[in-house]
Amino acid sequence: MDRLLKSDRRSFLKQMGFVSVGFSLTGFSSALDYSPNQTQQSPNRSELTSWISIFEDGSVQVKTGKSELGQGIGTAIRQVAAEELNTTVDRVVIRLAQTEVTPDEGYTAGSRSIETSAMSVRYAAATVREKLISMVAREWDVDRESVRLENGVLYGESNKIGVGELIKGSQVVGEIDREVPIRGKNVRKVVGSPVKRDSIAKMVRGEEYFIHDLRFPGMVHARIVRPSAYGARLKSLNTSAVESMDGFLKVIEVGSFVGVVAEEEYQAVQLREELKKAAVWEEGEGLPAGKELKDYIKSLRVDSNTDESKGNPNAFKEGEVRHEASYFKPYIMHASNGPSCALAYFQNGILHVWSHTQGVYPQRESIADLVGLPVDKVNVKSVPGSGCYGHNAADDVAAEAALLAVNYPNRHIRLQWMRDDEHAWEPYGTAMIMELKASLTGNGKITGWSHELWSDSHSTRPRGDATNLLPSQYIEKGYKRPGGGFRGGATRNAVPYYDIPNLVQKSHLFEGPLRVSALRGLGATANLFAIESFMEELAYLAKQHPLDFRLAHLSDHRAKEVIQKLKAKTNGFRTSAYQGIGYAFSRYKNSASYLAMATLVEVSPENGKIEVMKMWAVIDSGECINPDGLKNQTEGGMIQATSWALMEQVGFNEQHITSKDWYSYPILRFPNIPEVEVEVIDRPNEEPLGAGETAQGPATAALANAVFAATGQRIRDWPLNRVDKTKD
Amino acid sequence: MKSQITLKVNGKQHTVEADPKTPLLYVLRNNLALNGPKFGCGLSQCGACMVLLNGQASTSCMIPVENTVNMEITTIEGLADGKGKLHPVQEAFFEEQAAQCGYCLNGMVMNSVSLLNKNPRPTDQQIKESLPTNICRCGVHSRVVKAVKRAANG
Repeated sequence: MDRLLKSDRRSFLKQMGFVSVGFSLTGFSSALDYSPNQTQQSPNRSELTSWISIFEDGSVQVKTGKSELGQGIGTAIRQVAAEELNTTVDRVVIRLAQTEVTPDEGYTAGSRSIETSAMSVRYAAATVREKLISMVAREWDVDRESVRLENGVLYGESNKIGVGELIKGSQVVGEIDREVPIRGKNVRKVVGSPVKRDSIAKMVRGEEYFIHDLRFPGMVHARIVRPSAYGARLKSLNTSAVESMDGFLKVIEVGSFVGVVAEEEYQAVQLREELKKAAVWEEGEGLPAGKELKDYIKSLRVDSNTDESKGNPNAFKEGEVRHEASYFKPYIMHASNGPSCALAYFQNGILHVWSHTQGVYPQRESIADLVGLPVDKVNVKSVPGSGCYGHNAADDVAAEAALLAVNYPNRHIRLQWMRDDEHAWEPYGTAMIMELKASLTGNGKITGWSHELWSDSHSTRPRGDATNLLPSQYIEKGYKRPGGGFRGGATRNAVPYYDIPNLVQKSHLFEGPLRVSALRGLGATANLFAIESFMEELAYLAKQHPLDFRLAHLSDHRAKEVIQKLKAKTNGFRTSAYQGIGYAFSRYKNSASYLAMATLVEVSPENGKIEVMKMWAVIDSGECINPDGLKNQTEGGMIQATSWALMEQVGFNEQHITSKDWYSYPILRFPNIPEVEVEVIDRPNEEPLGAGETAQGPATAALANAVFAATGQRIRDWPLNRVDKTKD
Repeated sequence: MKSQITLKVNGKQHTVEADPKTPLLYVLRNNLALNGPKFGCGLSQCGACMVLLNGQASTSCMIPVENTVNMEITTIEGLADGKGKLHPVQEAFFEEQAAQCGYCLNGMVMNSVSLLNKNPRPTDQQIKESLPTNICRCGVHSRVVKAVKRAANG
């Protein structure tokens, strides 16, 4: 219980009774035997770190180790809890990740929050309900079946009792019961409904919500002076000119890491500009600018592996009709709308950090290593930031704020990255090359398939030491270059979900010139771009409708159904001149949501400009907890990935990144946004499947396929806006 | 050098002590503790910091505060009426759930209010063409268009 009470509701909790169920996400133990009206001690198991509690007033609190990243996971968790406890969603409050307060759930990533956290909360909430019912049934000496719970009140056939009266100030603690019946699978009063996110109500009022909005008394502001290149070392820094500037407090130099602290924010901005002029850098090896990036990647040393081999791996060389093609994805940015931000405060040997990280616990350990403090002297609290879509600079800015705070203690330091910090220093989604080869029978069946890919790492997240934090590269303490070796990211969705008898899939991992890490969908985006482009190329060779060709190679009925529904939606659509429709299908990770998509483009015959007119998607994520949240994620993924494939690539010269703002890294803006339409297939009897990364890959391929349908030009390299004009 | 500057924000006079060259955004956020306008780029490229200057949507991240002393400045906090009833655009963004992370929402709302002041019944295309400044990375654009139409028809 000590852990639970170590919250800012401590005094409140001490006076108030509750029934709590603790659970963990790693391993379950059987339910404890509760006895009513008697305070029990927590079984003090270190893994028992998640809690759901119902209080005397019928309110419910869920503590989760997840971070809110704009995906609405909080709302989905509140919905499953409200359903099991038969209460309204507004009575359920949720606490986001904070070290020492919420459980260690690792990272909020990989579209797993619904599949893991929300489902654990569901079972825990159901356990609380059954516990309350058992307590009442015992007190009234009636059958459990005759008791029901609604909005914090328990009803029998002729009597009722509130939770508060029932527990009378006692504090009952137990563990999750995995055998408990799940109401949400049958009743679905709250689950399956488009519950609105109340955080949006705060946003429209301009209320404090984001980490950027936090203010503390005496807070000071910081900015970082970046090196001139990735490998640059600080030769000299003359600070005399800035020391007399308004608001100057301190320049903090740790090796080649340079930060400046000022009383006010705009003073820090001005100090940064002056310090940039005063810093002299020594640059190492430059970036491979001016070379064809594909050729450069192919020239790098690789770590190769055959990840999958089925049937005759050489069958792709042997069919009646053979086809091969090579596809390319350049480096792509997360490009968060709000540059990363963090606050840090160091006092009496304890470091407090406020961060929009995806993982408070891994960040805590990594920062402790960076600043040389014991892990238990560092606290990290998760506060919502701007959308990150993977591993952006959230952990870097927190690490830098921490480094500044230990060198400038006793005042809260707010570090806000500038736009060029974010654009030019975040870890990008890696460039990839995919080479596909296949053979077809005379009647258009795929007999052999080969998929070879070249990729850098898709995860260099902090994992408990400082290596992967950006400032560790500059403090000159011998930290290695961040490395990956996470092959699973590169090979995600590299094996097609289609029925193909003979198949080989190989990966070649390289270490590329730019800093990289996890970007929404990891390798799946580029692999699916290649596979789904290639499928339409094969369909063209087989003289079949691209959707029929896919259906002929699928046996999973759920896969077929999303395609059939999409076909029904788009069949009647008449394209006019210069227009074309392209399609794509995927099952994300080959184990999560199913999605079929179509994109309509119009390509100008005068200049080859691609206008994306409309996109349709049909998605099956199993049991749907919040259909509006699922639609919002899918619509957003469609537009975001269309922008990636159509027009984005990180530019660089020999010195460093040249994509430093929204003009040098353009993305799709309002005037060119397509209309989007998403249909959800809800399957309440199936397991819920994560969906946040489902739309990305298909959206990129459907776009290329639409361009082909409109122009006959097959574009296999991003950015796709390189169509030749068709009119002289 | 700091000096005393008097601004009219959300219908009230405020006197702040700031360097007159400070961009308005920093004064609104830090001196007046208004959270609505967001820092997105500081380059007037993304629209996150939009406010109304004399009723016209404008970025606030580059304009020196001294240039705004005689203007009516409205932030998202000042859109609701005196009794706290939200502006139809605010209501509509909530009803359409036109946000994911929500960082761009301030600029989208302010620019949409400005649009509806000039054109109370815009078409989808007019809405899109009125919001070219506003970057959204989550891809909620189609919901924003729906929200603006809802506000226009409401």
